[in-house]
Amino acid sequence: MTSTIVIVGAGQAGAQAVDTLRREGYAGRLVLIGDEPELPYQRPPLSKKYLAGELTADRLPFRHRSFYDEHRVELKLGVRAQRLDPGTRRVVLVGGEELAYDRLLLCLGAESRQLACPGVELAGLHYLRGIADVTAIQAGIKPGARVVIIGGGYIGLETAATCRKLGCQVTVLEMADRVMNRVVAPVVSQFFSQEHRAHGVNLICDARVVGLEGRGRVERVLCADGTHHEADLLIVGVGCVATTRLASDAGLACDNGILVDEYCRTSDAAVYAAGDCTNHPSPHFGRRIRLESVDNAFEQAKSAALNMLDRNIAHDRVPWFWSDQFENKLLIIGLSQGHDRTVVRGDPATRSFSVCYLKDGELLALEAVNHSKDYMAARKVISERVRLDPGKVSDPSIALKDAV
Amino acid sequence: MPRIVFIEPDGNRREIEAPLGVTLMEVARQNNVRGVVAQCGGACACATCHVYIGASGLAKLEPREDMEEGMLELAWEPRDNSRLSCQIHITANLDGLEVTVPARQRVP
Repeated sequence: MTSTIVIVGAGQAGAQAVDTLRREGYAGRLVLIGDEPELPYQRPPLSKKYLAGELTADRLPFRHRSFYDEHRVELKLGVRAQRLDPGTRRVVLVGGEELAYDRLLLCLGAESRQLACPGVELAGLHYLRGIADVTAIQAGIKPGARVVIIGGGYIGLETAATCRKLGCQVTVLEMADRVMNRVVAPVVSQFFSQEHRAHGVNLICDARVVGLEGRGRVERVLCADGTHHEADLLIVGVGCVATTRLASDAGLACDNGILVDEYCRTSDAAVYAAGDCTNHPSPHFGRRIRLESVDNAFEQAKSAALNMLDRNIAHDRVPWFWSDQFENKLLIIGLSQGHDRTVVRGDPATRSFSVCYLKDGELLALEAVNHSKDYMAARKVISERVRLDPGKVSDPSIALKDAV
Repeated sequence: MPRIVFIEPDGNRREIEAPLGVTLMEVARQNNVRGVVAQCGGACACATCHVYIGASGLAKLEPREDMEEGMLELAWEPRDNSRLSCQIHITANLDGLEVTVPARQRVP
């Protein structure tokens, strides 16, 4: 029986792994290391209800401290792992403490991609990744404050919606010709653009930021076309990169994430990895993927935990994602890459519709705007690889599961 | 604080004092009630906090909204008394509410 499992990273994946390990009967020593001081907590509300002040800090953690005590989990929070030594199976923490492990799970997550342009050293520039970031942002939010957000992805748009609700003047600068261009169809981008504009967000696409200016702190954002935007507060949401340094420094194979197999094993037999930091095979989609999502952190950590207990279960899930912006809920299931046609179900003007991505009639992915029914049906259709009739799919009066 | 009675999938009965204002899902999660997964943390996005509400409690709850309705369609064995526990806020009049956790959550 394995006697010590160490988990580095106390986010969604790390917390889930703890849960699964104990639930499945692992009775050995269990150590959870996290670099933030808080108990493992949920990140999705950070750009939404938590930033808005609708959810208090005590409701963010997955579990109270008593859970970890009862389940004999040694929490080492506010502590950074400095390096790994796979040869001697040790994790060395900043400060010098060494932890020997029999099995190690890396749940390192992802980190905000840094803006690269003149002026990034100025104060008043924020990223949104953790509780501390939100605390800093909240200090600058007040009615009428001019908030400039660089990046029209999930984080940028959710934050824009929240800041508008709080009475700020909000400008979103998106580099591409439409918002969320990496993750949704043009018709969905258009719907959300309209929503943001209708709520008073100054949304500008094709905006290339070339510099930040100000005396000591950011006062304005300069764009390539010569325009500039005055800012009391600047929030940057231009994507994430997998956190891999700890792994790569230790010689573990990495390539856009820590490389793992379908059993969540890294290139070292005693080291597993799960969540945003991994580049993993997707048997369903037949290729390697790296995901930034709660769902993958949760499911892959569960798989990793089971495999650390020698259950030998291949990780094969259809990923899903969601976003809340104003009163709208976007639900996405599957991965659209490789599709040969898209079909829109329903009329965006009704504020409830979905977009289906098909390949030879097989549904690869679905984006649902305020349409949980299609989303739930698609979960089943995609995982069972049901072939659909595109003609029937385009008729919203036919339930998706019956569009065969 | 109102007391909520959870019946876990194996039939185990647990009486838990629930703080006002939080959701039924949060009460379940913080008390490690078996079978309530709550993957999305309360965004009505995952249908993994599905529960059955005891007959006397149903009338005390706000009705399901469209999003929840759609989510429940493909939950594990939905019934008339199915609810997503993240959509139920704890109020004083829920004292004694009986909540049964299904054998499984969503499929797949």
